[in-house]
Amino acid sequence: MVTMTVAKALNAGLRKALEGDDKVLVMGEDVGTLGGVFRITDGLQKDFGDDRVIDTPLAESGIVGTAVGLALRGYRPVVEIQFDGFVYPAYDQIVCQVARFHFRSQGRVKVPMVIRVPYGGGIGAVEHHSESPEAQFVHTPGLKVVTCSNPADAYTMIQQAIACDDPVIFLEPKRLYHSAKADVDESAPAAPLWESRVVRPGTDVTLVGYGPTVSTCLDVATVAGEEGRSVEVIDLRTLSPLDLAPVYESVRRTGRLVVVHEAHVTLGLGAEVAARVTEECFHSLEAPVLRVGGYDTPYPAARIEDMFLPDLDRVLDAVDRTFGY
Amino acid sequence: MTDPVFGPAPDEDEPELVQLLTPEGERVHHPVFDLDFSADQLRGFYRDMVLVRRLDIEATALQRHGELGLWPQLLGQEAAQIGAGRAMRPQDFAFPTYREHGVAWCRGIDPVRLLGLFRGTDQGGWDPKDHNFALYSIVVGAHSLHATGYAMGVQRDGAVGTGDPERDTAVMACFGDGATSQGDVNESLVFAASYNAPVVFFCQNNQWAISEPLERQSRIPLYRRAHGFGFPGVRVDGNDVLATHAVVQAALQRARDGQGPTFVEAYTYRMGAHTTTDDPTRYRRSADVDQWKAKDPIARLEAYLRAEGLADDAYVAGIADEADELGVRMRRVCHELPEPVARDIFDLVHVETTPDLAAQQAAYDAHVASFAEVL
Ligand SMILES: Cc1ncc(C[n+]2csc(CCOP(=O)(O)OP(=O)(O)O)c2C)c(N)n1
Repeated sequence: MVTMTVAKALNAGLRKALEGDDKVLVMGEDVGTLGGVFRITDGLQKDFGDDRVIDTPLAESGIVGTAVGLALRGYRPVVEIQFDGFVYPAYDQIVCQVARFHFRSQGRVKVPMVIRVPYGGGIGAVEHHSESPEAQFVHTPGLKVVTCSNPADAYTMIQQAIACDDPVIFLEPKRLYHSAKADVDESAPAAPLWESRVVRPGTDVTLVGYGPTVSTCLDVATVAGEEGRSVEVIDLRTLSPLDLAPVYESVRRTGRLVVVHEAHVTLGLGAEVAARVTEECFHSLEAPVLRVGGYDTPYPAARIEDMFLPDLDRVLDAVDRTFGY
Repeated sequence: MTDPVFGPAPDEDEPELVQLLTPEGERVHHPVFDLDFSADQLRGFYRDMVLVRRLDIEATALQRHGELGLWPQLLGQEAAQIGAGRAMRPQDFAFPTYREHGVAWCRGIDPVRLLGLFRGTDQGGWDPKDHNFALYSIVVGAHSLHATGYAMGVQRDGAVGTGDPERDTAVMACFGDGATSQGDVNESLVFAASYNAPVVFFCQNNQWAISEPLERQSRIPLYRRAHGFGFPGVRVDGNDVLATHAVVQAALQRARDGQGPTFVEAYTYRMGAHTTTDDPTRYRRSADVDQWKAKDPIARLEAYLRAEGLADDAYVAGIADEADELGVRMRRVCHELPEPVARDIFDLVHVETTPDLAAQQAAYDAHVASFAEVL
């Protein structure tokens, strides 16, 4: 057992992957000497060389596009996009190229690569540094999208994503990088990558979050518990494919569901979860599925980001409302 | 090195650097890019650079005191920015990145207005149309296309090549050495060339893109890239305010005259950190910084002014006092920057708002009001 932050856990996971397979490459802006602006790749270039841990030119489309070529040649590039807002210059490569190679080649070629994106708000950053673009990638067939909410998952999931033969968008909740600290058992068997997980059992209402909102959901469960409500919290972990079996199971028991994410509500992940739960659990539902998320505005200036982010009060409010039907 | 089949490799020798003032402050002349500077102009450059450096130091201190979340320092790039900014005419338009505090100064933007984006109170506190200075661009390189498109608009409006100095207009796109790797910057060079747009690409090569040295972006001197796109490029000593001014002025005039784009590489150095969150000791040698300190843009102009009898201790002290006043004012009014009003964000998304957003605003109001009732 080692106590690690999410940042350290990702670093340890990347190190393991680099050690385990010499086809694994880490690429991105400032990932070498600097160790990345969040220090996720700290020390990796020193230990694995600048041939394996590659500082790239400042060109996101170039980074992802060349990673495609490297993957076609048998390498497993792990690409770092410095901040969420800078994934868009690479969007064309990701959506039109990365996502479709397997399909277009009728299954003949694969492009195993991981695109790591620090995402989400809560760190008081300037504009373009707090985006939640997950729905855009989930909406793209051919990509897999995962996110982690704690150090243990960070450690194992990054290795699983690298081992995966499909391209994976790996979303790292940046506000948890240095704040979430926990014991990581490096020898423990990993949970399957494509499964969501009940992180707190409850009986009255189901709360679904992922990445940065899981801790908010757990706080809500604690507060609601003091008011006599038993809240079940589910961490989605995998956004594409979506693993909703535990959610269905839960909603059949609780009859109530609130989905929480930082991304804009309209056409966000919450909309998909609500639609599927309605299809699967219609007769169990005591209330409509509610969503709490960012408003449909560009991410606001840092001083008012708290109003934008789903916080304890807004989620509690939604939980209360599900009991009003 | 010559390849047996393909011939000579790109010249790796240090290219010519246009210079009018040596690091020692000695005036030298250049056959093409030379100007006669008046005493007022020379003193003006000095004052601008000292005040802009102070602005930058003050903002850095404000960040250290928790008043700003972040600050990108311009330390060392004063001559490049003042030289270029003062070459612009009122009708010209500049598209900055996020470090262009000196160009902003020349465009008449109150320095306090630059702080909002980094304090988190706004996303650019000035009206671009009031100053012909676009909002800062955090996405590296994106704005070079906007500059080119704006220049295409200028051209369409017939505001080039009329010979009327009040009417003929040029556009300046400011970006760094790292930005030259972006697709957008390269596409803007293609468009500018293709339409002969009146735009000057003003690249401040400060040697670093965060931790990555110039060599990670280019094998050849950056200005030579312009030749591949079909228009002129020139490298100027970016720590020499006179040379930068002369070269950018010539490039802007070329654009105004309808002769199309130019790429100006101002060869300079980022003496500070990339931003206040950066730790340059991880990737660069302090000896390099010391070497560039000896080329300080302000010191060299001061030496020249003193030698010419245009400045003495009293003059220098007077400007320093002005800088102190600016510093005091920035400290005083930084925290008076208007706080954003949360419910306004719903009004700002579209020109004509949508029913969905109006409903979200109403829900937000109700949520806020529910706390008022509790209290
Ligand atoms: C498209 C994009 N990718 C990455 C970043 C993150 N980033 C901010 S500044 C910077 C380096 C920019 O270097 P350069 O263009 O040389 O300008 P300088 O900061 O040195 O003035 C990087 C990588 C960004 N802002 N935009």
